[in-house]
Amino acid sequence: MLTKRIIPCLDIKDGRTVKGVNFAELRDAGDPIELAALYALQGADELVFLDITATVEKRKTLSELVNKIAHKINIPFTVGGGIKTEEDVSILLQNGADKISINTAAYMDPTIIKSFAKNFGSQCVVLAIDTKCEADGHWYVYLNGGRQKTDTLTTEWAKKAVDLGAGEILLTSMNHDGTKQGFALDITATLSSTLPVPIIASGGGGESAHFYDVFTTGKADAALAASIFHYKELAIPDLKQYLNNKGIPIRL
Amino acid sequence: MNTVIIQYNAGNIQSVLYALERIGMTAVVTDDPTLIQSADKVIFPGVGEASTAMQYLKERNLDVLIPQLKQPVLGICLGMQLMCSHSEENDTPCLGIFNEQVRKFTTTAPALKIPQMGWNTICDFKTDLFTSVPENSFAYFVHGYYAAIGVNTIAKTDYILTYSAALQKDNFYGVQFHPEKSALVGEQIIKNFIAL
Repeated sequence: MLTKRIIPCLDIKDGRTVKGVNFAELRDAGDPIELAALYALQGADELVFLDITATVEKRKTLSELVNKIAHKINIPFTVGGGIKTEEDVSILLQNGADKISINTAAYMDPTIIKSFAKNFGSQCVVLAIDTKCEADGHWYVYLNGGRQKTDTLTTEWAKKAVDLGAGEILLTSMNHDGTKQGFALDITATLSSTLPVPIIASGGGGESAHFYDVFTTGKADAALAASIFHYKELAIPDLKQYLNNKGIPIRL
Repeated sequence: MNTVIIQYNAGNIQSVLYALERIGMTAVVTDDPTLIQSADKVIFPGVGEASTAMQYLKERNLDVLIPQLKQPVLGICLGMQLMCSHSEENDTPCLGIFNEQVRKFTTTAPALKIPQMGWNTICDFKTDLFTSVPENSFAYFVHGYYAAIGVNTIAKTDYILTYSAALQKDNFYGVQFHPEKSALVGEQIIKNFIAL
């Protein structure tokens, strides 16, 4: 049976993990490769690396890091952050990334979704959406790391992106991100039940029960979290055992 | 051990090479017929679309060469599907090594996404490709088309229906999942292939 995926996310700046990590067993907690290897060993189903470096040297640093990750890690991984062109994608895939994630650049020019899907396959094109539920009760798309609101409904943008060839949606609820109060179940369920591609829920996972909720009520195919794993508030083996005990299909 | 990975317009060639390196092996990535023919082991990877890939193989006469190989050959994902007789993906005639048909997943259940993406169990193993791999181990799959169950099926999996997770005929092996991305289980399967 196909299992639900648990995906740790590592934010990378200048080749190092940021947002803080706290692993005594790591010689260097800032080394994303060592952290990724530990997560893979602990049973993470995939990994996401989000590059937040803002310098012109970024592309080279990132491709070198991706190459090192690909040599070390034996599970699939996605790379995102500032990807705009086919050349960007090509370099990352050639260095061993399995998927790339795009966000603002795809919103500004949706045709890149189509060209990436055509040239590299839909399976490697992950559309990341930052979304926020406004006072009117609707979920809107936000850009530039959540700093810029749009008037576009998340359901509409997600459908358009899938029609253009996005193979997966990584949905982050800004209302829930960082709260540790649980994932956004309603919008996740809406997208998952109306779109033919897998939905990765992100934002708000604070304890095992939240993951159970997002896989059942939220109908998510995968769930992503960062700091709860980095700070060892929740260990991946414990989370997966909990979900398995509750009847969720999980890879143990 | 001289292992060759066939170079063509497939997406996972580097990943397969790195997976070999992780288990202390190496490989030459090439489309040179002489190098391919003289290899001890040949890996035929594949991520992409069937008709485009077959076109590429034909332009380099690899469609004639591959079925004539005598050493162990391992097709991965699209590589395995191309070793079958025919794919429904753009109605593409394939290499015809395995007589199983490649069909498109269809379902009306909204919970079952197509393509299948993620970790699923593999079972009912036959052949040494699965030595030391426990039944119902997890492997990583990404595919929208599947090879039906047939005489060459050596492992099965379930998604929408039961289909071939792996095929084998004579010296030809194929796996639908990605051993290069399937953690320790995948590494064992690659080791087993190299040891054939």
